[in-house]
Formats: sequence, structure tokens, C-alpha cells
Amino acid sequence: MADVPNDAPEHCPGTSSDQAGKSSACQGCPNQNICASGAAKAPDPAIEEIRQKLTSVKHKILVLSGKGGVGKSTFSAHLSHALASDDSKEIALLDVDICGPSIPKIMGLEGEQVHQSGSGWSPVYVEDNLAVMSIGFLLSSPDDAVIWRGPKKNGMIKQFLRDVDWGEVDYLIVDTPPGTSDEHLSIVQYLSGAGIDGAVIITTPQEVSLQDVRKEIRFCKKVKIPVIGVIENMSGFVCPKCKNTSQIFPPTTGGAQRMCEELNLPLLGRVPLDPRIGRSCDEGRSFLTEVPDSPAAVAYQNIVQKIRDYSSSHSTPDDPC
Amino acid sequence: MCACLSEKGSLAQVKHVVLVLSGKGGVGKSTITTELALALVHAGKKVGILDVDLCGPSIPRMLSVGKPEVHQCDAGWVPVYADPQQKLAIMSIGFLLEDSDEAVIWRGPKKTALIGQFVSDVAWGELDILLVDTPPGTSDEHLAVLENLRKHRVDGAVLVTTPQAVSTGDVRREITFCKKTAVKILGIVENMSGFVCPHCSECSNVFSKGGGEELAKLTGSVFLGSVPLDPLLTATLEEGRDFLQAFPESSTYTAISQIVNTVLSSLDA
Repeated sequence: MADVPNDAPEHCPGTSSDQAGKSSACQGCPNQNICASGAAKAPDPAIEEIRQKLTSVKHKILVLSGKGGVGKSTFSAHLSHALASDDSKEIALLDVDICGPSIPKIMGLEGEQVHQSGSGWSPVYVEDNLAVMSIGFLLSSPDDAVIWRGPKKNGMIKQFLRDVDWGEVDYLIVDTPPGTSDEHLSIVQYLSGAGIDGAVIITTPQEVSLQDVRKEIRFCKKVKIPVIGVIENMSGFVCPKCKNTSQIFPPTTGGAQRMCEELNLPLLGRVPLDPRIGRSCDEGRSFLTEVPDSPAAVAYQNIVQKIRDYSSSHSTPDDPC
Repeated sequence: MCACLSEKGSLAQVKHVVLVLSGKGGVGKSTITTELALALVHAGKKVGILDVDLCGPSIPRMLSVGKPEVHQCDAGWVPVYADPQQKLAIMSIGFLLEDSDEAVIWRGPKKTALIGQFVSDVAWGELDILLVDTPPGTSDEHLAVLENLRKHRVDGAVLVTTPQAVSTGDVRREITFCKKTAVKILGIVENMSGFVCPHCSECSNVFSKGGGEELAKLTGSVFLGSVPLDPLLTATLEEGRDFLQAFPESSTYTAISQIVNTVLSSLDA
């Protein structure tokens, strides 16, 4: 059964929820008895369908952060560009931020639409070897708001994984919204058959960010996703005029470095603030090709190499069930 | 100490309710909520902050309220007060977690239920204004807040953005959300609007320039003002100190004061 059937009431908790059939919203729903009996909660067949669909995807990497606005989408986009700079690799970028999809703009794909074919939805190609999927491509106007509750967002994520014709892919990068909620649980649940290589966690130096990021790291431990490492973004700003460094987002509690030491996680790198990054993102161009010599671009490339190294030395944990 | 509760419900003595929204994460919703609250308290108002960001609650740290226990009284949950004079009341899931690193891994329905309790079961008492700090997006939390506030009144929303297009792109969707849910837009704040180097005073547009004002024009909204990127502001929030008391001479203070005055005028109008 669909996570939120078409005939479900407005506050349907979702057919796979513990409250399925039992919540007050379920009164009067034609599916109430099925849900209450537990029949709707049988393992979602989509998990196996997705496992089969993604056998052609070698590596799956999540980009996470408990905190918003730290640079997840920026990093996901540029990681994808960097990996795709090797013509022999096929890269896929999946944007599961349903309410705030930034990837189309950052990748210069605003206004593109998704096509359906016999083998499913075709992703949008930004290069021959770099495919992108986002809800942004399903919206007809930049003002369209996606005002969906959790169960409906989960359904969309399932479709992205099951119905998009990714083809043979070396790396599938998944950009996520901030938090530890429906989108994150769904990605982990639906990929439980196919397996996830690991997660890259993004933070900025200040404690207000780190306190949310620690929760995300706990989430990864709870759902057993390996953490590839942590990236400290917006790590210092070099004034273009006098070249002095300012800590706009001060690491008052030791920044990502101390957090990584405490939690025994690799610090993949620190990326300084560079106004040209934001500008490139706004214009839909890769910062790595626009300003390849900037300290931020160099930092990114070093981090990408560590991710390549991790991926080649770890195979995806394949859960056959 | 517990506030009195009239029969109409826990928000009966709250004069104004203002949401702080953004489609985008990390633009400074919690920062602006905190600074608005402090400015209003300094202006003699009784203020409440309802923090409905359940996955990433930032308000407790920004106001240095640590890990107090939340007590119950006959009228419901007693909010946590940031000051001995009880001018600033707060409720956040941050107070309910034993371990501050504990992740709240909840799906929508559970978040909706807790937010319902936060709105209906907290004994806010007499407040001039209740500010509601929200997570980014247009989903369960936002719908839950509005549904539960329907019985009372939502005066409107302050929308926060940073100057760049990636940010305003999301905030446009939030504006649509407000229009669809009949929430009046009190105005748009552009945060992180330029950085003045403390060494040479050169202004750098770290996160681009002008997007907030353009967005206001495009959508016919009031532009409330710009707040610069100020490491002193970030540092005081980290430490849970009152920026407005610590740095009243700064241009950031002036910017925030102007925004507060405009918001207050539109509430009294």
C-alpha cells in the first residue's frame, strides 16, 4: 500500500507508522482496518525493488548535517562536479530536500523538467556523465511551495530511488535537508537493501552548529551508517584587501577538530569562506572550475580525494534482506 | 512560580503572536528571534519564545538557559525564564532532552503532536508578544504551529533570508506558504548582509548582495532591514550573552533596533 493512500484523511500518520490505523486521524478512513491489523506494515516491497534498481550503482554517499545553511548542497554539488571531472566515471546527484531544493540552481539547471520514459524518470544531465534529480524539476514555478507532511515526502523519496533511471553509476551522492526526520529515516530505510557506503557530515566552526551536528552523528550511529568524516565549512575568512583572517563563525568550543577528536572521527578538511563560492552557486557554475587556485577550491579537492580513497577501500555493506 | 490561566486556553493572555520563518536553513532565524526578543524585553515588553525546531533547537544556548527542568503546574507546563524578572519565557525541546547530544529522530506525526502540546499546554501567562522560532521548510512543524494557533491569532510572520539567490529562492516558497495559509507577512530581514573587516574596514559581500531587498520588491513585501555579518554577534550568541547590552554602539544594534521598531508599529497598527 502507498505510504499515504489517495483516500487517506489529512493527518494520515502513514501506513508504515506505529500509529497506522490507531491514531484519531484514522477514524473513518477506508483503510483503517488494514492498517490496524498490521498488514500494511509488512516490509515495504520498495526496499527490494530499490536494491535491485541500484545494483548498477557502485557507491552511495549521503551528505548530512544536523544544521541548516552549513553548505551541504554546495558541497554535494561540487563533490559531484569533482568526481565527474574524471570522464570515465558516471556520477548521479540526488536532492532529497523536498521543501527547499537548492541543487537545480547550484547546478545551473533551473527551469529544467523531468521526462518519463518506459524505463522510468530520466534524470537531468548537466554533463554527459553527471545526472541530477530534484523535486525542483517537478515544480513549474520558482514560487511553488511544497507544503507536504512527512508521509508524502517519504513517498517522493521512494519514487526518486525506485523510479529514476540512473543507469550504470559509479557514485550516487545524496544531498539532504537539515535535521533527523522523515527524509533521513526514509533514505536510510529505502536504501537498507541497497546499502550506503557512508555519510559525509558538514558543519561550521561554531558551537551552535556543532550541537546540532553531534545529534546527526548520533543518528548515523543509531541507523548504522558509517561516517566517512566531517568537513568544517566557512572556516575563517581572508579579507581580500588586507589579507587578514577573521573568524566570522568562531570555533568557541574547539570547532570541528575538537568534536572529531572527542568522537574519534576523521576531520576531512576545513574550507574557508570565499565570497566567490556563493556567487558561483547563485550563477549555477562550478566553483572548482571558476576559481581553481583559491584556497577553498584546493581544500575541496583534497577532501574529494579522501572520499575517493575511502570509497575504493570500502565496499558497500550489502544487506540481502 | 506559575502563571494564571484563564478558561480560554494558555494563549488567552498573549497579545501578539509572530512567526519567524525562512524556507532556507542557516540564515539566522534563531539569531533574529533571539535578538528581537531581547530588544523587546529592553523596550519593556513581556516576551515569550516558542522554539519548534525539534531536531535542531538553538534557542536555549543562545539565551544561556542551560538545562533547567521543566515543571508542571495546574495550568500546564511552566516555561523556562531567561531572566529573574521573568520578562522572557521560553519553551524548547532542548529543555526536555536528558542528553543534549541526543538526536530527536521523529517522523512528522510525532513532531506535530509535541508542537500541539507546546502551543496548548504551556502556561505562557500574560505576554505582549510570543515569537515562534521555526526550522527551515514548509512541512509538519509549520503546519502544526498554524493549526494549533488557529484558535488564537497569528499577527504575522517575519521572514529571514541571506542576500544570495540560493537563499531567496527558498524564501520565495515560504512566502507562497504564508499566502496559502493566510499568514500576513510583516516583512523580510536580510541577515549576513556584508562583512566589515575589523582590521581594515573593507566591506566584503561574503554571501552576495541585495537579494533581500530584491525579494521584498518582487513579492510586494515590506523590507524590514539588513543585519550585517558580525563576529561579535555570533560570539555573544555562542556564549548566551545579550548582544544588545554588550554592544549598543554597533551598527548591528542599530539595524536590529530599527527592525524591532518597524515590527512593533505594524503590530500596533
